[in-house]
Amino acid sequence: MSQSLIDLVNISKSFDGELVLDDLNLSVKENEFVTLLGPSGCGKTTTLRIIGGFEKPDTGKVIFSGQDITNLPPNKRQLNTVFQKYALFPHMNISENIAFGLKIKNKPKSYIQDKIKYALKLVNLDGYENRTVDSLSGGQQQRIAIARAIVNEPKLLLLDEPLGALDLKLRQDMQYELIRMKRELGITFIYVTHDQEEALTMSDYIVVMNQGYIQQMGTPEQIYNEPENAFVADFIGDSNILGGTMIRDELVEILGARFDCVDKGFGNNTPVDVVIRPEDVELVAPEQGTLVGTCSHLIFKGVHYEMEVTTPDGFEWLVHSTKLCPVGQKVGIHVDPFNIQIMNKPASEDEEAIGVNE
Amino acid sequence: MSRKLLAGPYLIWVIGFTVIPLLMIVYYGLTASSGAFTLANIAAIAQPEHAKALWLALLLSLISTVVCLLLAFPLAMILRSRGVGKGSFVVFLFILPMWMNFLLRTLAWQTLLEKNGVINGILGFLHLPKIAIINTPAAIVLGMVYNFLPFMVLPLYNVLSKIDDNTINAARDLGANFFQTLVWVWIPLSVPGIISGITMVFVPALTTFVISNLLGGSKILLIGNVIEQEFTKSGNWNLGSGLSLVLMVFILISMMLVEKYDKNGEGTAF
Repeated sequence: MSQSLIDLVNISKSFDGELVLDDLNLSVKENEFVTLLGPSGCGKTTTLRIIGGFEKPDTGKVIFSGQDITNLPPNKRQLNTVFQKYALFPHMNISENIAFGLKIKNKPKSYIQDKIKYALKLVNLDGYENRTVDSLSGGQQQRIAIARAIVNEPKLLLLDEPLGALDLKLRQDMQYELIRMKRELGITFIYVTHDQEEALTMSDYIVVMNQGYIQQMGTPEQIYNEPENAFVADFIGDSNILGGTMIRDELVEILGARFDCVDKGFGNNTPVDVVIRPEDVELVAPEQGTLVGTCSHLIFKGVHYEMEVTTPDGFEWLVHSTKLCPVGQKVGIHVDPFNIQIMNKPASEDEEAIGVNE
Repeated sequence: MSRKLLAGPYLIWVIGFTVIPLLMIVYYGLTASSGAFTLANIAAIAQPEHAKALWLALLLSLISTVVCLLLAFPLAMILRSRGVGKGSFVVFLFILPMWMNFLLRTLAWQTLLEKNGVINGILGFLHLPKIAIINTPAAIVLGMVYNFLPFMVLPLYNVLSKIDDNTINAARDLGANFFQTLVWVWIPLSVPGIISGITMVFVPALTTFVISNLLGGSKILLIGNVIEQEFTKSGNWNLGSGLSLVLMVFILISMMLVEKYDKNGEGTAF
């Protein structure tokens, strides 16, 4: 294998006859922060559990540092997991929890003591050695769960929605902490979440999953700016998804109006899906607009206004803009060519799930 | 006030059938047949035949408890891993014999184990050597284990089913093999259930006289048999009460252990 740390090769898994993962291929390089992102039931947690060894794939292989570990039990794998609900040992205090993995490996006492100190410092909980698990808040318990995993110096850390049970403010703080820890430790992170903002904030690389298939892989910028299909566009951030027709290269017809775009190679007069982010819709004077609509809804959001502009065919455009357009006023819509994202229309629902796209 | 009234019938029941009999036992235990105060009935436990019966009862009930624990722990783990739907059916199978009369169940074992009983019949038919365990301490232990095993399984199943899968997965993830996970995680987390189960098996096993009567013949006397005979055959209520008081000490110790280790009542199955 190449210099990738972990490779999933043709992984399939079904539970009770229901296919959860279908022929999944994924490769993670060393020292990357990779996020598996998708709605619940998309197979992201199953993927993580297969890597962790808690689930065996029906078919396919898990390759770790060039070695096939598909049949290796979890305790023989050089990776550690941070579980969703912390899963600390309730009958042990904090230092016993952190020391667990090291004691199993028969490390000397002084080494374990040093490691506990270091780990507690890393997660900003110095002095918590003798506290009980019960006496810690959710956020603190999650930090201990991370400390318990990293003292074992795994090559790979798996995190299963570790911030899911925390409140918003704490979640944001922990996101930055995780990025910092990742940099300090130089460990590869595979992170599972359904929160697209979390994924965009933390990841080097995002894998968007749905119904057991990988929909798109790429950097956060790629995923956000160039979604490959309607699912990804819809799942990551707000977007206007419209049916359109590719007239020819670099020209698309949406709602009867023709927009210049930058996409090529779809053929002539091909039905396509078009994604336009709400912040990419520019509001101009009616006579300058490619399309003309009426503002039907307006909310002040702080950084920008959120508006809905209804065009005569009934489509409601979601618009984020610092320019204000009062409700009831006619307004023109303009979109810069490079802000228009063209995608193939899936021919069937199955194809939609697979996320076929050229 | 009205709520207190609702507790009335129960209170009358407890006073009439628990408190007063207990006080009577204390009274009888601490008096001679003449009615004078004496500690002789309690000191009687030191007499060789009584001490031997107590010792044998302690030994057999301890063995039964250990056997029950060894059988019940893996069983409770299996029940837990089967999940709620299938698990509850197995639990049901387990509780089923408890609906049958205790005496009938034990009598059934007598029939099974007899010299010319069902088991030896089958063994003879297969030309295998016959077993002779009826009227031995082994038969008593068998009877105790059979009758009291559910009382061990249920509290264990109860605590085990409350352990989060991910707590176990975390131990495996951190490098623990099955045995290490058992010792460091499964067992410590089931202590309330273990203690509760031990008490629920040990106390009735220690005091039983029916099982030893039916499966031990009349030759093997446990402390329960001695006490029973003092009440029913010898008519010496004072001695029977005195020995009961001694036995009660062991029961109280067991209950204090449960109180200490099972503060939240986690291990209580019923």
